[in-house]
Amino acid sequence: MMRRLRPILLGIAGVVLVGVAWEVYKALAPDTGVVIAGITVLPRASDLAMPHLGAMLDRALSPVTRAAGSPALWLATLQAASFSFGIAVVGWLVGVVVGIAIAIVMQRFRTAQSALLPWVVLSQTVPLIALAPLVRRIGTQLSTGGFEWQDWMSVALIASYLAFFPVSIGALRGFGSPTAEHLDLMRAYGVGWWRTFLAVRVPASIPFLLPALRLAAVNAVVGTIVAEVSIGLRGGIGRAIVEFAASGSADPAKQWSPIFGAVLMGLAAAGLVALLSLALRRYRRNEVSA
Amino acid sequence: MTEIAVHVRGVDKTFRTGRGRTVDALSGIDLEVAAGEFVSLIGPSGCGKSTLMRLIADLDTPTAGELTVFGKTAPRARLDQDYGIAFQKAALLPWRTVRGNIELPMELHGMPRAERRARADELIELVGLGDFADRHPDQLSGGMQQRVAIARAFAEKPRLLLMDEPFGALDEMTRETMQTELARICAETGAAVVFVTHSIPEAVFLSDRVVVMSPRPGRIREILTMDLRGERTEELREDEAFFERVSAVREALHGSPSAGAKGVENR
Repeated sequence: MMRRLRPILLGIAGVVLVGVAWEVYKALAPDTGVVIAGITVLPRASDLAMPHLGAMLDRALSPVTRAAGSPALWLATLQAASFSFGIAVVGWLVGVVVGIAIAIVMQRFRTAQSALLPWVVLSQTVPLIALAPLVRRIGTQLSTGGFEWQDWMSVALIASYLAFFPVSIGALRGFGSPTAEHLDLMRAYGVGWWRTFLAVRVPASIPFLLPALRLAAVNAVVGTIVAEVSIGLRGGIGRAIVEFAASGSADPAKQWSPIFGAVLMGLAAAGLVALLSLALRRYRRNEVSA
Repeated sequence: MTEIAVHVRGVDKTFRTGRGRTVDALSGIDLEVAAGEFVSLIGPSGCGKSTLMRLIADLDTPTAGELTVFGKTAPRARLDQDYGIAFQKAALLPWRTVRGNIELPMELHGMPRAERRARADELIELVGLGDFADRHPDQLSGGMQQRVAIARAFAEKPRLLLMDEPFGALDEMTRETMQTELARICAETGAAVVFVTHSIPEAVFLSDRVVVMSPRPGRIREILTMDLRGERTEELREDEAFFERVSAVREALHGSPSAGAKGVENR
């Protein structure tokens, strides 16, 4: 029982520790921060820069604005977070499908690997901010007839752009992980590439794929938030961060709610992948060599 | 005339090692294995014994010469599943149970579920793993993993079994137990066996004939008929005739060296 609880307790202790460190720093450091020769070496600890944790909580429980009927800030944040999370999940799924498809092509054809892999790596050096307006413009041109390209689709597409990369790299390594003996065995059984792929390469790739899927999930969340900002999609957590930061000087505790909302999204994404890895645990067994 | 399981005539195998250089792994190999016969290939590392087995299995193709398995070409025999195979590493799929691993070839070849399950149970009994059918490979000892690999090799009742140092990684005790069991299983199934090993007592204990090979290029130096009548039991290991054969194989391996071989040794 204790052994089970240990990681949970340690996790909670870690979070508490960060909170304590925050408050201790705030209490000890000067409000103006520490400046040596004109360079700020330690950040300001004023209420404006570092609100008390209590103030953040307090703010989260009060309404978003003074307008009548305004919902509580935490509720609005949660709604924004779940809106963004939905987009991130779509982006993740698209990224996973595309990433695995690219890995399959690269595994099957050696020339495809030489041709594609540099582009896959290069794709991640393109700044997201530069990409966002482009995706939106191209997307709008796609709108024909009954189909209309929505802004959220652009966001999901950009999220998938970040998500596919670790998946394709992880899957490629995983597909290549079976030992020579396993491949000899399949050849001896006289089964072709596709059957070998399904029977040996796919199951063998799971231990490589799971960490990649977790990275992809976190990337999809980050991609969604950043893309929301650069595309200007309303209703999500990215927009909330920008909007609330604007009221920062008057209401410094407010902008922390969406930040926690973003953290929550990351945790939820990692949690979903953890559930997946639990379901696939039999593929994570390691063969003990004879 | 008895049926011929493996027929090898004038087979060469040359590997490219890049930059235009080549290595002669096998040169002028002639060998015939009769149906139901147990033949061991023995020799120092680099003599091409594993390569020869891989040629028979069609995991590699000969550079020159003629090679047939039950009168068919090696690729045809492979596609017809005329042989079962086991390697030095058990090469079990870690995510499958013992039963799942043994069922693998039958599953891939589309045997109905009930049928392959019955066959797997039979094989699990045959190799003495009755209590471990639902365990995964990481829960088994090395010897048990190798038993599973052997059961898998026998799964589709092959008339020919190809084994590449299957007991090479096992400790001496387990190894002798496994040899006795393999001899029993082979006697029961009547399969021909091509068995690669670098252990002289192992080769003598199991084989009808021992093929002694020498390296660079891999050639057959001598083929010794063991002629040890009767069952392979533990008593045989203490038998006078057994020691005699061991000495004979050892001499063939080390003794009467050609001038070239001596030159290498003295360097």
